[in-house]
Amino acid sequence: MKNTDIAAPDYFHKVIDCQWACPAHTPVPEYIRLIAARRYSDAYMINWWSNVFPGILGRTCDRPCEPACRRMRVETEPVAICRLKRVAADYKDDIRARLPKPAARKNGRRIALVGGGPASLTVARDLAPLGYHCVIFDQDPQAGGMIRTQIPKFRLPDSVIDEECGYILDLGVEFRGGQRIDSMKALLAEGWDAVFVGCGAPRGRDLDIPGRREAAAHIHIGIDWLSSISFGHVNAIGRRVVVLGGGNTAMDCCRSARRLGGEEVHVVVRSGFDEMKASPWEKEDAMHEGIPIHNYLVPKHFTHDNGRLTGVTFEKVKAEYDSRGRRRLVPSGEPDQHFPCDDVLVAIGQENAFPWIERDIGIEFDQWGMPKVDPRTMASTHPKVFFGGDAAFGPKNIIWAVAHGHEAAISIDKLLNGEDINDRPAPAVEMISQKMGIHEWSYKNEVVLDQRYKVPLRDKVVALKDIKAEVELGFDETLAFQEAGRCLNCDVQTVFTSSLCIECDACVDICPMDCITFTQNGDEAELRGRLNAPATNLSQDLYVQDGLKTGRVMVKDEDVCLHCGLCAERCPTGAWDMQKFLLEMTYAGNSCRPQRRSAA
Amino acid sequence: MTYLAKPKFHHPALPKNALGYTHRDYEGAVSTLCAGCGHDSITAAIIQACFELAIEPHRVAKISGIGCSSKTPTYMLGNSHGFNSVHGRMPSILTGANLANRDLIYLGISGDGDSASIGLGQFAHCLRRGVNMVYIVENNGVYGLTKGQFSATADRGSKSKRGFINTDNSIDLVAMALQLGASFVARSFSGDKQQLVPIIKAAIAHRGAAFIDVISPCVAFNNHVGSTKSFDFVREHNEAVNRLDFISTRMPIEISYEPGTVEIVEQHDGSKLALRKLAADYDVHDRTAALGFLQQHAAKGQIVTGLLYVEKDAKDLHAHLRTVDKPLNALDEKDLCPGEKALEAINASLR
Ligand SMILES: Cc1cc2nc3c(=O)[nH]c(=O)nc-3n(C[C@H](O)[C@H](O)[C@H](O)COP(=O)(O)OP(=O)(O)OC[C@H]3O[C@@H](n4cnc5c(N)ncnc54)[C@H](O)[C@@H]3O)c2cc1C
Ligand SMILES: Cc1ncc(C[n+]2csc(CCOP(=O)(O)OP(=O)(O)O)c2C)c(N)n1
Ligand code: SF4
Ligand code: SF4
Ligand code: SF4
Ligand SMILES: [Mg+2]
Repeated sequence: MKNTDIAAPDYFHKVIDCQWACPAHTPVPEYIRLIAARRYSDAYMINWWSNVFPGILGRTCDRPCEPACRRMRVETEPVAICRLKRVAADYKDDIRARLPKPAARKNGRRIALVGGGPASLTVARDLAPLGYHCVIFDQDPQAGGMIRTQIPKFRLPDSVIDEECGYILDLGVEFRGGQRIDSMKALLAEGWDAVFVGCGAPRGRDLDIPGRREAAAHIHIGIDWLSSISFGHVNAIGRRVVVLGGGNTAMDCCRSARRLGGEEVHVVVRSGFDEMKASPWEKEDAMHEGIPIHNYLVPKHFTHDNGRLTGVTFEKVKAEYDSRGRRRLVPSGEPDQHFPCDDVLVAIGQENAFPWIERDIGIEFDQWGMPKVDPRTMASTHPKVFFGGDAAFGPKNIIWAVAHGHEAAISIDKLLNGEDINDRPAPAVEMISQKMGIHEWSYKNEVVLDQRYKVPLRDKVVALKDIKAEVELGFDETLAFQEAGRCLNCDVQTVFTSSLCIECDACVDICPMDCITFTQNGDEAELRGRLNAPATNLSQDLYVQDGLKTGRVMVKDEDVCLHCGLCAERCPTGAWDMQKFLLEMTYAGNSCRPQRRSAA
Repeated sequence: MTYLAKPKFHHPALPKNALGYTHRDYEGAVSTLCAGCGHDSITAAIIQACFELAIEPHRVAKISGIGCSSKTPTYMLGNSHGFNSVHGRMPSILTGANLANRDLIYLGISGDGDSASIGLGQFAHCLRRGVNMVYIVENNGVYGLTKGQFSATADRGSKSKRGFINTDNSIDLVAMALQLGASFVARSFSGDKQQLVPIIKAAIAHRGAAFIDVISPCVAFNNHVGSTKSFDFVREHNEAVNRLDFISTRMPIEISYEPGTVEIVEQHDGSKLALRKLAADYDVHDRTAALGFLQQHAAKGQIVTGLLYVEKDAKDLHAHLRTVDKPLNALDEKDLCPGEKALEAINASLR
């Protein structure tokens, strides 16, 4: 194998599994250490720069970071990364003085942002302090998009949304609520320097089976029903409710129904329980509130009596796999099952819809009616129009909307500075040794077995009575400290200098995970098989360095390294060092200008 | 020296041996030796050997004297018996323990100071008696624990860290062990586990006095230019006579060797040593030739390593003394007080 180039910004970034998995690349271990040090405001600001909505995301994020967490590979449960983010938001001081100020001088450029969800808000946050005049249009009266209209208040109180949207609007961003954009052509004609489309995926899929029209009064589209609750138009539902669908929307629907009078709420999904789109913790939360989930049932027809819904009939199916491993649902042959109910909530998917974008103005769409968008730059085929969030590639989540927003802001900034938007400067990297003394390291490197701590919940009886009562109470400071201690500090990297190594094997002998091997070089596949512990996780890199006196190479499998620093502590010559890797992402403004200082 | 405890975590795919243990189960307390000390690597090699042989830790007795090397039994086999004796006295404690309980595996761990200086007499007698044991000297040429004075194995002309030249002749423990009748004699290097681990395994399987001299650089006091026990010097002057594969009784011989390149040596317990010859004319069964070979190479400044001698039909002290088969703690009253008639017979034989 060739020598690993640790100066490439991606190499050590990948080792920080959570940060790498986070679409916005939040420096997770860095903020977790700050929480352990009770420096909540500092932890909050790190998050704020990366993901813009720490208080919101700390309650609602889809957390792609957690399944990636190294702790899962060495123990069982990941660090509660998401709920620790909330701790930073809950216990911080007033941080307003630390936020950027509205631009003292505007640069004369005007940006229109369609939709006031997280994607547009991120673009505005990145651009407004640079002097851009950002105008957000939303058909709804308040900013936040689906964060405000869809996510139930018992998961995310309005106060948190107000606070974090407020930080952005206070940067001199103009929000025009209640103003729907009906024609892109007309908007472009207004002479904006750039237009960002962050209008989300606003249409809930319907279920066209017999009985749908006859019983329409008691069959509701999930996302419309949830926004009606949020706007205060709906405050009750029947006693018996069937929720169709297995995604996040279905989980929010069933739990909302439990709070609005639904006593017998059933979730019914077509496929298997394990294949449901909802996250495991969402399913757990629903079941904890007494909501059973039934699987392998395909809705056949709604039953009704004189225009009144009486229930839903399902066909029982089973999964069958063909020779290529593809799954098909086939009737199991058992009798149909009927669920009597008073209301049905249809939560079987969301769709994009762009009726307001004319098809002859240079914005190309594909055969599925989706705009053609470059995933790196978020550019459409129209030079001035950019997309992001759910509008770009279909429904995703808040953190992806934020990540898109950052990229779109860079593109807009580059476009309006006359630069090539395809030239994306790499992030900057800083490496700092953590050695403080012979046995002193500036991070807690005592790794202990410790199971994940549970977030305290509001009493179920109380919680189910009030749809606005937040269910999760958040970690208290003690629990937060304990949970923070589970983080393995994957950003504190093992850095090897061959010229210092005397090949004494001390690091090999002490490493608790058998990560390190000194051996003859070979090609990767073969080398992986003959290390002290075979390196079978191909998604994790091998760190290879030559230049040793015996002509062997040092090979370290990054896979299950605990970042305990014992190798560095035992090395007599300092050939191993523990160095903190800090990644400075590229954002709109100075850091995205061309020919910037090179990484590392 | 490390203040951190080694985390209990281990690699999720660590292999297990026949007893269901991983190599981590053969560890002891975390080492307090200097970072990089060769002794720690020998500890790791012993751990690996015991793991691979699937030895039950409670069947091992680790016995040592005084010195950094003699501290190492604490860092291995946490569930074994151990006795840290006085300086240079490991051999007599081991001999006594072995006579009392012949069923245990005896690991004598010593240093060059412990065995070649203060304990030279004990070293000699223990080997000549053929005590069934693995006697390992962790040889760094200095008294590490007392801050680096030359020991009796330091080569004449080698330089101390502070610049003194050693004017005394050195003791070659391997040569002495051959002369004293040890039935298994080897030399290896702490920086070469591929050589060391199979040698330790073979020595454990050997019945009789097995002696291994392991050159083990002292990073604190004897790893400088001018030392003949430094990593660099040993790597440059290492002359391996053979490479060993240890094949236990449980394992079928799977490895296929080119004819003529390998000699298979069968031990009393049925285990086999596959010796890949590096020095073509070296005969591991010829004690006197081995002595000559060692001296010729030593004169050239070369350090001969590998399995240097093994006696095919070795016998141990118990066989020489015709002791009872059972360990003393397993003898019951009937064995110990065989009655009046037996006593009379004994008395009669002495008249
Ligand atoms: C029930 C439900 C629960 C969810 N829960 C979570 C969760 O827990 N965690 C998570 O990460 N994600 C969750 N999501 C997904 C998340 O809300 C979205 O992915 C995210 O809000 C998308 O952001 P966005 O900026 O692209 O658009 P949106 O948030 O959808 O905002 C778009 C805004 O544009 C407005 N708009 C649309 N068209 C026009 C127009 N022509 N003119 C003016 N305004 C317009 C809309 O009214 C809306 O306010 C959930 C979604 C739903 C439906
Ligand atoms: C009876 C006695 N004499 C002297 C000492 C002092 N002493 C302690 S360790 C040691 C030498 C140890 O050298 P070695 O066996 O080579 O061990 P190393 O530390 O080099 O591994 C000496 C002389 C002692 N502890 N006891
Ligand atoms: S930090 Fe070093 S000793 Fe610790 S697990 Fe990683 S490689 Fe092994
Ligand atoms: S401990 Fe240090 S000097 Fe020794 S082998 Fe490891 S990296 Fe090399
Ligand atoms: S003094 Fe030398 S022998 Fe003793 S622990 Fe340190 S390096 Fe090892
Ligand atoms: Mg010594």
